[in-house]
Parts: sequence; structure tokens; C-alpha cells
Amino acid sequence: MSKAKIATVWLDGCSGCHMSLLDMDERLIEIAQAADLVYSPLVDPKDFPDQVDVTLVEGAVSSEDDLEKIKKVRAHTGVLVSLGDCAVTANVPGMRNPFKVDSIMDRAYLENADTNQQIPLEVIPPLLPMSVPIHHVVDVDVVVPGCPPSADTIYYVMTELLAGRTPDLSGKTRFGI
Amino acid sequence: MKRARVITFKIDGQDIGAHEDETILELARQNGIYIPTLCFLEGLSQYGGCRLCVVEVKGTDRLFPACTTYPIEGMEVFTDSDRLHGYRQDILQFLFSERNHVCSVCVSNGNCELQGLAFSTGMDHVEVPYLNPQLDVDASHPLFGLDHNRCVMCTRCVRVCDEIEGAHTWDVVGRGADARIVADLNQPWGEAASCTSCGKCVQVCPTGALFRKGASVAEMRKQATFLPYLSQMRAGWQNEEK
Repeated sequence: MSKAKIATVWLDGCSGCHMSLLDMDERLIEIAQAADLVYSPLVDPKDFPDQVDVTLVEGAVSSEDDLEKIKKVRAHTGVLVSLGDCAVTANVPGMRNPFKVDSIMDRAYLENADTNQQIPLEVIPPLLPMSVPIHHVVDVDVVVPGCPPSADTIYYVMTELLAGRTPDLSGKTRFGI
Repeated sequence: MKRARVITFKIDGQDIGAHEDETILELARQNGIYIPTLCFLEGLSQYGGCRLCVVEVKGTDRLFPACTTYPIEGMEVFTDSDRLHGYRQDILQFLFSERNHVCSVCVSNGNCELQGLAFSTGMDHVEVPYLNPQLDVDASHPLFGLDHNRCVMCTRCVRVCDEIEGAHTWDVVGRGADARIVADLNQPWGEAASCTSCGKCVQVCPTGALFRKGASVAEMRKQATFLPYLSQMRAGWQNEEK
């Protein structure tokens, strides 16, 4: 039997969910025996592969780049997992939502900059009007709240999905810590 | 004093003997039947605002809030069904989407009744759009803070201040999603002359909306031991009145 293909994606989040994933410690070896990590900030490939069985996505959808990425990920993924509060609720990235994008850019790049005050027009992708949860822009199959979800929770989700089951997260994790 | 008539009715198939002046919620709790609540607090008047305690009654499609509904002879009440679970999850989704509840950076993270209800009812994501309102934090009081971002308008603070402390510093302005808790004549809390700084409102607040100054993320623990004291005080007052 060929190994399952898994991927992880990092949108607008702090990488804490990826740290929690690494916190599985020796259980990572067990996962690696059942599946290949074909795309992730933790491995080299730069383009999202054609077909991935399970993709864990950390972070909210905050920029045009995030939106483009998540649409591509959705189109090439069997089971899409929203991993952590930013992916599930927009969480901390969403705290900018009560304010207009222009005022946020002014605050960050003009008012609070000590030198060379200017709003970047290249390289940095433009922000969307609102930072939103993943399931507000594409279909999501499994939501895993937590800031971050614990390593035990992520291990449970991954092993259930790799066994072809839908994880039942009731009583296992919640919004916040 | 003449005690109310005794009746029998059923909750989830269980026979319950009750006095007519006891609510379905009180009777469920006395009989070990769990009904989720948010605005209800023992010792305060019943408000019936949050609607989390809705139950079904045989013979009608209407839902009834258990905290403000009294049983009648032969009534059959159901507290646990897919339909009720669905409505309770919807209510929580609306509460989370109406203001800015960011559990991970909240003073009450880990000690919050709203967060706990989302966990216990399995409300793990919000389908409806978030409203993202721009809301203030009132830090004008020397000891306590009020963060409107976390407020669920349960009015426990309003009721405890009026009914137990007797100060009536807090009240509500506006309607629907625009409703806000205000101190005195819509003044900064620190300038509200009627406030005695007793802190009862802070202890009864189910979320991180009212907090002790200096508490950082996840540090605001409400004093649960304070709560039975409320009902004793209220009972004491009622006896005096009689």
C-alpha cells in the first residue's frame, strides 16, 4: 500500500500550531511511517502538489496571497483540517477587523516607524478588508480549535484521519488554551 | 406563610414532585438534571435573556426558557434533544460573532463560562459572519475594568448591583446588538458616584468583560465561593420583608 500524502500550510498565524505539531516528539516517527509529508514550511517543496490526502492549515485568511493559497490547497486536498484558533475563528489576526485596512497600514508603517516611513507596495501581499476563518472562504472538513491545539490533540486528529476515520474532538480541545 | 400547591410533572421521563412556585430550572437542578445556563445566577432575579436553558414541552412546538417557566400538573418537559442542541449551538455562535471574543488573549481564558459552554455543547466554529464591532474598554475605575468586547449582555452585573448591593450603578442602554452596559448616567465607571467599589459585578460576570485590574491573560478567576453568599443575602432580605 502506498503511503498517504500529508501537507501542512502556514497562513496568518504565529507558527505556534506548527510548534505544537513538532511537540508530538517521537510520535512524529510513527506518523512518518504511515504518511509522507509532501508540502510544509518544514520541508523543501515550493509548490503545492496535485493531490494531497490530508492538509492541516494553520492561520487565518488575511491577505490576497492567503486567499489564493487556500483556494489552491482546497482544490488539491482530500481532507482539509483547520488547525488552531486562527484558522477556526481568525483569533488574534482578526483583532484588526474593527479597523479599516488603511488605518492599520498607517499605524504600522508610518506612525510607528522610526525611520524610512513608507507603506510597502511590493513583496508584502495586500491585506483583505477582514481577516477571516478558513471555513468562511472554502469548505473545511475538520475544525480543531485551540491556541494552539495540544500535541496530543494533533496526534489524535492525524492518526484518526490516517486510519480513515473522522476524529471526534468533543471534550478534547477548546477555543483559547 | 402559605406554601404553594404541590404538583407532579416529568423532566426527561423522570417524575418530579414540585411546588408550583419553583421554576423548571430549579427543579431540574434539584434532581440532578443538567440544563446549560448563562444569564441565570442563583441569588439574582431571573432574566431569561440568554435563552440557553430552553426546553421542549410535550404538546407544543414552542420552546420555553427553563429559568422563567413554572411547571403545571402533568407537564412533560424535555431538556436534551438534537433540536435543543442545535439552538443552543446557534445561540453561542451568535454570542461569539456579535462581539470580539478572543479567548486566547482574554483575561478569563480557562475560567470563562462562555468558553466553557462552547466546549461543553460542541460549538467548535462559527458559521455566521463576525460583526467585528469597534468597542471600548473602560479602565477609568481604580480597581476594575470593563471590556465591552467580551460582554454578552447577561445583565448579571446590573442585577447584582441593584438587587444585592443596592447601588444600581449599572444599567443597559440601546437595543439588540447595540445594547451596552453603562455606569450611572452613561459615564466612565471611575466617575460613577453611586459605585461602592464592592466588586460584586466583577465576581458574577461570566466572561472577561468585568475584571480586576492587573489580571493578565488567563489570570482572572472569579471567586466561586462568593456566589452562595449572594443567595443567602437575598433570602435574608426576603425574610425581613415578610
